Amino acid sequence: MTLDPHSPGVRAATDWDYAPAPESAAIGRVRDRYQMFVGGSFVDGGGDDLETLNPATAQPLSTVSTASVADVDVAVGHARKAFEGSWSRLSGAERGKYLFRIARSIAERARELAVVETLDNGKPIKESRDVDIPTAAAHFFYHAGWADKLQHAGFGPSPQPLGVVGQVIPWNFPLLMAAWKIAPALAAGNTVVIKPAETTPLSILVLAEILADADLPPGVVNILPGAGDIGKALVQHPGIDKVAFTGSTQVGKQIQRALAGTGRRLTLELGGKAANIVFDDAPIDQAVEGIVNGIFFNQGHVCCAGSRLLVQESVADEVVAKLQERISTLRLGDPMDKNTDIGAINSAEQLSRVTALAATGEDEGAVRWTSPCPVPDRGFFFPPTVFTNVSQSMRIAREEIFGPVLSVLTFRTPDEAVAKANNTPYGLSAGVWTEKGSRILGVASALRAGVVWANTFNRFDPTAAFGGYKESGFGREGGRSGLAAYLNTDDEGI
Amino acid sequence: MSVSPTLPAHLRPALLADAAADESSLRRFLQGLPGVDPVGVESRAAALATRSIKSTAKLRAIDLAISMVDLTTLEGSDTPGKVRTLAAKARRPDPGFPDTPTVAAVCVYPDMVAVAAAELAGTGVGIASVATAFPSGRSSLEVKLADTALAIEAGATEIDMVIDRGAFLAGNYGKVFDEIRAIKAACGSTRLKVILETGELATYDNVRRASFLAMLAGGDFIKTSTGKIAPAATLPVIHVMLQAVHDWYALTGDRVAVKPAGGIRNTKDALRYLVAVREVAGPEWLDPFLFRFGASSLLNDLLMQRRTQTDGHYSGPNYVTVD
Amino acid sequence: MSDDSEFAESGDRLAVAKTYKLFIGGAFPRSESGRTYQVTDADGHFLANVARGSRKDGRDAVSAARKAFGGWSGATAYNRGQVIYRIAEMLEGRRAQFVDLLRDGGEGQPGPVVDAAIDRIVHYAGWTDKLAAVFGGANPVAGPFFSFSAPEPTGVVVAVAPQQDSLLGLVSVIAPIITSGNTVVVLASQTRPLAAVALAEVLATSDLPGGVVNILTGDPAEIAPHLAAHGDVDALDLTGAEGDLRTSLERSAAGTVKRVYAPPISDFGRVPGTVRLRAFLETKTVWHPTGALSLGGGGGY
Repeated sequence: MTLDPHSPGVRAATDWDYAPAPESAAIGRVRDRYQMFVGGSFVDGGGDDLETLNPATAQPLSTVSTASVADVDVAVGHARKAFEGSWSRLSGAERGKYLFRIARSIAERARELAVVETLDNGKPIKESRDVDIPTAAAHFFYHAGWADKLQHAGFGPSPQPLGVVGQVIPWNFPLLMAAWKIAPALAAGNTVVIKPAETTPLSILVLAEILADADLPPGVVNILPGAGDIGKALVQHPGIDKVAFTGSTQVGKQIQRALAGTGRRLTLELGGKAANIVFDDAPIDQAVEGIVNGIFFNQGHVCCAGSRLLVQESVADEVVAKLQERISTLRLGDPMDKNTDIGAINSAEQLSRVTALAATGEDEGAVRWTSPCPVPDRGFFFPPTVFTNVSQSMRIAREEIFGPVLSVLTFRTPDEAVAKANNTPYGLSAGVWTEKGSRILGVASALRAGVVWANTFNRFDPTAAFGGYKESGFGREGGRSGLAAYLNTDDEGI
Repeated sequence: MSVSPTLPAHLRPALLADAAADESSLRRFLQGLPGVDPVGVESRAAALATRSIKSTAKLRAIDLAISMVDLTTLEGSDTPGKVRTLAAKARRPDPGFPDTPTVAAVCVYPDMVAVAAAELAGTGVGIASVATAFPSGRSSLEVKLADTALAIEAGATEIDMVIDRGAFLAGNYGKVFDEIRAIKAACGSTRLKVILETGELATYDNVRRASFLAMLAGGDFIKTSTGKIAPAATLPVIHVMLQAVHDWYALTGDRVAVKPAGGIRNTKDALRYLVAVREVAGPEWLDPFLFRFGASSLLNDLLMQRRTQTDGHYSGPNYVTVD
Repeated sequence: MSDDSEFAESGDRLAVAKTYKLFIGGAFPRSESGRTYQVTDADGHFLANVARGSRKDGRDAVSAARKAFGGWSGATAYNRGQVIYRIAEMLEGRRAQFVDLLRDGGEGQPGPVVDAAIDRIVHYAGWTDKLAAVFGGANPVAGPFFSFSAPEPTGVVVAVAPQQDSLLGLVSVIAPIITSGNTVVVLASQTRPLAAVALAEVLATSDLPGGVVNILTGDPAEIAPHLAAHGDVDALDLTGAEGDLRTSLERSAAGTVKRVYAPPISDFGRVPGTVRLRAFLETKTVWHPTGALSLGGGGGY
């Protein structure tokens, strides 16, 4: 290497880049075929086998046996039997110990689970390793502790479980969403029938092994891989006492409609179109980080993604310039590479949806900027994209894109910022960046959103309630209020 | 040279000249800089620290890091013998592998400069010297100027000065500015490293302000620490400084160099700094002209890891020389 | 009023009969439709002509409730508590009137029922400044952040009041909704609307800002479907809607993901828990970095 430390000039080292640093796929121990988990056993379902793809290569990863509508009935039967049998007779303390076992086991198999998640979902290994799996374990740990303390949760002296819970979860955080759903349900004493997303069934079936290894009584948790028809059959099954759904607002509305008049309990965690508001006195560099994290974390496959950047006009040019520069450093590519920042879009279908919605941005007059990062020539990838000159009326400012696409809007005053931020049927999350404490509290209070991140973004913790206002759904997950969704109190109708 | 508008309007070049016009302009300028959120910068630093540097990239990074070392001895017990062996190590870090790069410079007290200069003449290894009543800086400007002159006359090719932290914390930015200006003038073409002693500045906001203050005053380098105060260099601090030189470049077209010093002891740490350099300041800073490590024990770990890479098996401390 | 009204005797003078109107935005308008319907007592004797609210009256009531929401939800909890307590005071002052009304309407135990209604309002008045502490709090998150969750009102709630318990049921529905800062459009009992209209007079003379409670009389089956589908309504309380009406309202509510409270049973004689309060509360979680006081916090790298 010929570098002269004493004179500027030949910069031979500037091409220094990171060599590939792939995590080993073998750690995932992905099998050729997976079965449903019903009544404590791994069994074949009556549905057609589905092939799950690795979205980073578009190649088949494994085959999964799926449920038929008749299997839903069988699974609900097992869950009912388990609820009325062993599970409801168990003390809270004993239930808690099962959850502790599960939590420990997730932590012990964390590396394997991270690899499975990344192979099946397409998210970067650093995210499944540092966020998804540890947070999933944390949810079980947290709820384990609640199981014998429900009388202290603030819902009366003897809150009761609801019974059999039907849960349907999305593909963006497959294991984490399973943990969000299963852990509080079991802590409260319910039994579960859960359907993972069609494109990401694997990690929850590894969780099934963990549940089996933990000697969880048969039927307490039943896992039914399948497509939308199975989800529909599950949420409408008359043997279900409560439905918990995370997914699109469109499907959430269908479920709410279908459950009308049944008296069954329902919680919905749906879409979002979060505003991330940057004031001129913000810590700009950290705001840029927060904007990047807000929209590019998990390829933007996040219901609470900060997909609308609202930046004060006086700093808009500076923020956008810094943002584009920063986004250019994001490494898009092989999700298994430990240095990859942005992985694969989960499916071809989602990729075409993101592509089509982004195209409307240009059609409607927004200015499109795309990161110059190289894009792999196979698999499902979409480069980080920023639209400027966006107005509230454009589709890219109103509709949830669920991809790495940011829309930049400007504002002049705090009132205008809040008005624009709230001007959406959604209300899941929002961000605010300013060094002025009173403004943080004022804006946070005025925003109609379930989670407000001030001078940070996309933070999740089992102790902190998460969930939406307005069409982003109802009910909370995490914290004390998350337990309410799984408990009956004796004061109905008074 | 393109100047992109990455800083608030009040920092644009036309106004930059006015920033140092008087004490109140300087205060307005420095306190008008965007704040730094500690948790944000620390989590970004921690996230970048998870970058995985393997195989060829690792070997290249080790060589790059070696070439960036300011091999340092700054002890009351320094002797000509100690400095001579340090110079020998700087010249030829690993005699077993002659293709090992030389370090950037040695760094010694002013009274040791002559010894180092004699040893390093014609080698391309620089001689850096701490001056200005290092490490506390508690003396008169006259003494500091004399200290600087002493080092330069003895053959120093780079001067590492300390800022007056007391004046900075008292809000007396003009005094700090004037002192840097005066030392820079005394340095002439000798490159000046301005030590901020970030451990005494106590906040990231102050680190950013001090970085801009040093750059406004004409410093060629901004350097974290004397090595005598804890905490010395940390990844989040260097992030703030790398961001500052990046912003300064966007503003002026000039690239100011950065030097973390103190506490960087092993290859893993050094690679994390290089990752930060690449991703925060930009790849142009991956150059010993623009980035240095102030260190002593770091070099031997780099050499040992280099041997591990070239030998294909783990090396041990007895295979690199202790000087 | 029409000529065929009967007039109640009061001593030797002819008493002045009351016009039973709607209560919207703090005012007492007639139905924009001009329609009224007759209310009778248990024996079928004429009691009053009551405004028969329309879809458009519903729309106006929702606008009034939306307009009032900012001020009411933004008022301090202490202030809301005082205002609601004042409602109890005013109701106590008209206790005899309500006892008569309920008796005329053929409802049992009018005295104890009115007392219970007053006490229920007092009960909820005391909740305003407890909610945030009981249903919110600091979240001990695993990171350098201060995180707290606080309950906030859902917004504009449309309630179908119980058809039978015309005062206690009505109060038991309205009070928890407004306690947390929501505003409400309530569809009174169709067959027993007089207590609701009289309650509106109580509300109008209390300190409750106009629009916080809006009361419509008429046929819930006619008005409620429009409000259940209304895009500016955030939630439904279907205590008084049963059977097919309840199902169809719930189905409409799904169009904009409204929160729906539809209890399987109603029993207003018991001491309330918190389920009604919680039905129209959102939980907002706010995060902010904490960080170390010095650079020492970053020294671990």
